[in-house]
Amino acid sequence: MEPVAIIGVGQTAFGPNRKDRTYADLVYEATTAALTDAGLSIAHIDNIVTASNDFFDGRTISSMAVGDACGAAFGEGKSISTVEGDGAFAALYGLSRILSGSYETTLVVAHSKSSEGDLRLLTNVFFDPLTERSLGLDWISAAALQARVFFKEKNIGNIECGNVIVKNRAYGAKNPKAHIKKPLTIDEALRSPLVAAPLKETDICPSSDGAAAIILASESFAKKKSERPVWIRGMGLSADAPLGERNLAESKALRLAAGRAYQMAGIDNPSAQIDLVELSEQFSYQELLWLDELNYRNSSRVNLSGGCLSAHAWIVSGLARMIEASLQLRGQAANQASSVRRALAHGQYGLCGQSHSVWILES
Amino acid sequence: MVQKNRLKRSDFIFVESGEAFQPFEYSVGMEGSRFFTELRDRKKFFGLRCPSCRKVYVPPRKVCGPCFKTMDEWVEVGPMGTLSAFTILRFPFIDPETGEKKPVPYGYAFILLDGASTQFQHFLKVDPDWPPTIGIRVKPVFEENRQGKLSDIRHFEAA
Amino acid sequence: MKRTAIVGVGQTDHTGNRFDVTGVELIQEAVSRALKDAELTLDDIDGVVIGNMDHFEGINGVELWSISGNGGILKPTIKLTTGGTTGSTLAIGGYHLTASGLFNKLLVIGWEKNSESDTTGAITTAFDPIWDRLVFAGAISGLAVEASAYMKKFGVTEKDAARAVVRDRKHAVKNPHAHLRREVTLDEVLRAPLLSDPIKALDICPRTDGACAVIFANEDYAEKICPKPAWVLGTANRHPYAYLGDVDWYPLKSLALASRELYLKLGIKEPLKEINLMELYTPYSFANLSWIEALGLAKPGEGAKLIWDGVTDAGGSLPINLSGGVLSTNPIGATGLIRAAECAQQIMGVAGERQAEGVKKALSTGFGGCFWSDILIYGSEKPS
Repeated sequence: MEPVAIIGVGQTAFGPNRKDRTYADLVYEATTAALTDAGLSIAHIDNIVTASNDFFDGRTISSMAVGDACGAAFGEGKSISTVEGDGAFAALYGLSRILSGSYETTLVVAHSKSSEGDLRLLTNVFFDPLTERSLGLDWISAAALQARVFFKEKNIGNIECGNVIVKNRAYGAKNPKAHIKKPLTIDEALRSPLVAAPLKETDICPSSDGAAAIILASESFAKKKSERPVWIRGMGLSADAPLGERNLAESKALRLAAGRAYQMAGIDNPSAQIDLVELSEQFSYQELLWLDELNYRNSSRVNLSGGCLSAHAWIVSGLARMIEASLQLRGQAANQASSVRRALAHGQYGLCGQSHSVWILES
Repeated sequence: MVQKNRLKRSDFIFVESGEAFQPFEYSVGMEGSRFFTELRDRKKFFGLRCPSCRKVYVPPRKVCGPCFKTMDEWVEVGPMGTLSAFTILRFPFIDPETGEKKPVPYGYAFILLDGASTQFQHFLKVDPDWPPTIGIRVKPVFEENRQGKLSDIRHFEAA
Repeated sequence: MKRTAIVGVGQTDHTGNRFDVTGVELIQEAVSRALKDAELTLDDIDGVVIGNMDHFEGINGVELWSISGNGGILKPTIKLTTGGTTGSTLAIGGYHLTASGLFNKLLVIGWEKNSESDTTGAITTAFDPIWDRLVFAGAISGLAVEASAYMKKFGVTEKDAARAVVRDRKHAVKNPHAHLRREVTLDEVLRAPLLSDPIKALDICPRTDGACAVIFANEDYAEKICPKPAWVLGTANRHPYAYLGDVDWYPLKSLALASRELYLKLGIKEPLKEINLMELYTPYSFANLSWIEALGLAKPGEGAKLIWDGVTDAGGSLPINLSGGVLSTNPIGATGLIRAAECAQQIMGVAGERQAEGVKKALSTGFGGCFWSDILIYGSEKPS
């Protein structure tokens, strides 16, 4: 793969409720932050990929509302497309539009506002209307099924998950963009009320409002215009079978996506060769499960941003992970680690991580 | 006994979604909130002017798309306007907002409010058999009890 | 950066109500036909891209829900969706993803089961809940308004528009995949019940259940799979406008800008002469007049002349919509991709009874959203 760089990143603050802003306003905020970060104007951007979900936005073709806000109408207008799914999947499509030789720079921007709709109803419609929906499952109760089989398979439980929560919440407390900025003790995590056994309230990521944007550029553009490019060295994406047709205690899809990314980047010992991981864990147990499948053992180098347990806007989270990993590589992160040269960012989508993307980024 | 793998149409089963729906609380945003407050309290229309191209946007929004500039210069527009395009809706369909059949026929108008650069959409009071022509002057008719939303205007009609 | 082509096509039996299959089965029908057409198996495919319009079926995460039928299990699977332009957006995605070299053989699927919901109600939810929804009445209302402005500006008549309906419906008779395969007369079109002035029942596209699957392969594989691949020469699109009230009713700005960009990129100066065939996403009669002006085929207000002269009929110098077009078949999420599939089959020379002669360059469009346009141009010769 020819090198492509991330040359600009921007995020809104993530919050429980940004009712004063439409989601288009959030997209504008993230877009202009990424342009400022890259030292570019909208005129430098020659195509755009947005990420959104019509259900979460409460309207069909919800991308219609963000065109002006992300610069698609600027001047004579720009070519634009929309991925429905995690923002990191949109980044993959944005990357391909540069590698196809069609464009030099792609703006990728994702948004969602959890505060406007009811996530439990909106994720119930992920299920098949004929066979599953009437059972009343949603993203949380489905994850409870996964947590239970994973706990049994690995002989672990709430204590191991509690340690993940304490770590991520401690980091989140020091990340100004985080939705939850309050640290938590292991006792508080263990005493937290049950939502869907075995998942407790603090096992579940917050539902945030927010937007994030990155600017991708070809090698020649990045070398000319960027002082601190972050290079994409590997990338993998894979989807899995539906909920009832796969073993929830593992994720073949994540294994495949990681394998592809590692191969592209020439990684054979992830724990030794990757300095830092930003993971999309919607639930505490998922950090443990995803790390198993990534074959990554340095748990103390995971989610220094606070992870999804500190801020999680659907659609946005994978792109936010890429941004946090990029900031670490540039030495500008909220909880900056020492000597980060290579980082992994992960995005997921669907119920119980049905689809995953893995990115290997280098400074 | 082996059953034939063929069904008549009447043998097929369908599952209805019933009353299932997803309630939303849509943000109107700062610009829209100002617009609807003026409409509700003073029966006035306001747009935002782009500092670069000078276009006046109604509905007001944060960003002028072609210039990619934020706007904060409020300009009063209307209430009178010119009919720039319209149709008469005659076919029945289900209003997704209410789940009920929309009452047809009704006039559907695009109106260039005086001083605005973009068109405002609303109902047009018309005689379906003698529809008006593009270019006529129109005026809004307001509801007595206004709540800060688009239906605070009952319709537009020929001035 | 690799050259890329369409190497296989599969369409379902499109009808008004495919009550005999679920959505997943409908998708699977198109996928298996495309694989058969390209003589490939799912193992050969290294990624899946799929799209539709969410609220038409009421299913969130369609790419994951339908994965057993779309072939995406343990493969990269992406959903693209942009409303009416979804199908053309998918074709553009197929191009970039294979041209990037990240994917070699990609399965691209568009589908819709319009019979499962109230289409006008669902399209109405596409528009802004605060500003647009109160008066908007689905695709027909916006198009009717465009037509009223076009008629007023140029004195174009309902009869002019009806001639384009007669053309598309006549073409559909020869397309085994068309939903409506009955010819109509000028008189029938003009006397059809009025839906939304000036649009009558036969001026507007039907609602169709159907799926279309297209296999894209890059230059490393294309010629091994298909003896005469349809090379994609380029793509462009414009999705301007956030609110319907922002739309300039004439010309269709998105199509004018996108086509200008692509013509310039490919060195096309006289599209009427240099392109041999077009499949246009023209969802209502007047679009067949007005939008070919935006494409640079006729001067403003003179699109109708081209239609009356028979230039765009089967056997004319630039046949348009030999498939019968959107006026004959409209499974919305698939509609733009069917345009790409039809162009490809014409270039491959496998379009059966509707085959045109000597198709070297073809053009397809997509339309949707807030008067948005997508455009792709294909060629029989491998680009240099």
